[in-house]
Amino acid sequence: MQALTNRAQAVNRAPMTFWERIYLVNIFKGMLITFSHIFKKKPTIQYPEQKRPFSPVFRGLHVLNRDEQGRERCTACGLCAVACPAEAITMEAAERLPGEENLYREEKYAARYEINMLRCIFCGLCEEACPKDAIYLSETFAPANFNRSTFIYSKKDLLIPNPVTEPEAYAKAKGLN
Amino acid sequence: MHQVLSSTPEGIFTINVGPQHPATHGVLHLVITLNGETILKIEPHLGYIHRSIEKMCESLTYRQFIYVTSRMDYLSAHINNHACALCVEKGLQVEVPMRAQYIRVIMDELTRLASHELWWGAMAMDVGAFTPFFYAFRERETINEIMEETCGARLTMNYMVPGGVMADIHPQFQQKVKQFIAGYKNKIAEYNELVTGNVIFQNRMKGVGYLSTEDAISYGCSGPVARASGVACDVRKRYPYDVYAQVQFDEIIETTGDSFARYLVRIREMEQSVRIIEQLIDNIPEGDYQAKTKAVLKLPKGEFYQRVETARGELGVYIVSEGGTTPYRIKFRSPGFSNLSALNEMAKGGKIGDLVATMGTLDLVIPDIDR
Ligand code: SF4
Ligand code: SF4
Repeated sequence: MQALTNRAQAVNRAPMTFWERIYLVNIFKGMLITFSHIFKKKPTIQYPEQKRPFSPVFRGLHVLNRDEQGRERCTACGLCAVACPAEAITMEAAERLPGEENLYREEKYAARYEINMLRCIFCGLCEEACPKDAIYLSETFAPANFNRSTFIYSKKDLLIPNPVTEPEAYAKAKGLN
Repeated sequence: MHQVLSSTPEGIFTINVGPQHPATHGVLHLVITLNGETILKIEPHLGYIHRSIEKMCESLTYRQFIYVTSRMDYLSAHINNHACALCVEKGLQVEVPMRAQYIRVIMDELTRLASHELWWGAMAMDVGAFTPFFYAFRERETINEIMEETCGARLTMNYMVPGGVMADIHPQFQQKVKQFIAGYKNKIAEYNELVTGNVIFQNRMKGVGYLSTEDAISYGCSGPVARASGVACDVRKRYPYDVYAQVQFDEIIETTGDSFARYLVRIREMEQSVRIIEQLIDNIPEGDYQAKTKAVLKLPKGEFYQRVETARGELGVYIVSEGGTTPYRIKFRSPGFSNLSALNEMAKGGKIGDLVATMGTLDLVIPDIDR
């Protein structure tokens, strides 16, 4: 069959000589390359003792943000849940009562906010959709557990520590230190 | 795992390979009819990893559905996203900024390199060489790191948005890619010395799994599988998209159509990918990385089709729009499906031991076949 193109290159398909056929030369050559790697730099990272730093844009587990005064930013607008292709976010909105201004920044807040981490595909669309900078994807990953229900993260797991009352934990969660 | 289904006195019997078998690279199930060691017929049985992505996309908006397609051909996730983004852009008729086009193509080629890398390691392991697997993953790791730094994830990059890319490149992106490319050329030479030039390996591959040019065309093969049989079908050359029209690269073609030819096509393609990246990396123009698009995308009523060249072949995205925010119907033409359908033609008449070598050079990704 004639090729449909003239740009093809021919491969040497000559039968092998005796020396090639006993394979010794090739085995030796291969060994030489493999053994030379003993003296090269090791690319292996000894996880979990050693960890590779992630870049700031890494899309890991979600964090619900607070503002400088420790108030929750989320206003339960539901834009993140709409944007989510995996339908991983559920929330319930509640009205802020008088006297709760120190807890919630907006007049409406999320009484319940849950992300199913098993559904989530870590695409980052919720972060893009949020008008209040209330949710972002952090640099932590690899949660492991025995139970599927533990992967439904509620507000308790998602909320960043309060910068006013727990400044150290907040700084740690932000990756500032 | 090799389970005998039935046998007849004449020695013709049927065995199952898979759906869980180390040589099938995923949940591929082959029902093989054998006469002794000679293969009479191969029937791939599919559906073990069907997630109905096409149907799922019908309920997702044009911004959302792109990210689901990363899970089709997970080794060229970025190129899948690219195809979808291009198709949506075609419908919206938005002009993608030059900077975004350059970034996209560089990322595409890095993805292709990473994918071919993994194929090379896995295929060498299929035919019995273990070391290449580690070498391949070492280089692939570098690419994954570069990806992670700019896109935010290592495998499912989700970097494409209709109209451009999601974020600007990392400040060190260019420098890191150049560093990688500089070292990579030696690595290809090492691969060639370790595996390509090895006569033991060549003995396993040459003359095995022959696919003629006519068969490659009639089965709808694409990508390296078809090009190894002498079909010029590189979408990047035939129907250039983004900046592929402006870069210099060769379409790699072999005519012998056997496993070794398919192997050589991919190895040479890696060199061409390096060449493309080299041309683009220093010339990324300044400007926007994203075109201005509406928050809610609505495609006009009609049908849109876009094809791209993934690491495995031609991926087609076909969108039927009724004018709404979600596609009315979506169809993906995946390269793996057509390439797998030619497996019977390739392996028929050969020995069962050669099947692994043939399948290795097909570079099958099962989620891409099943979707
Ligand atoms: S990262 Fe994506 S999938 Fe996960 S919750 Fe956010 S929008 Fe949903
Ligand atoms: S996280 Fe942001 S987008 Fe989601 S409900 Fe709260 S404010 Fe709205």
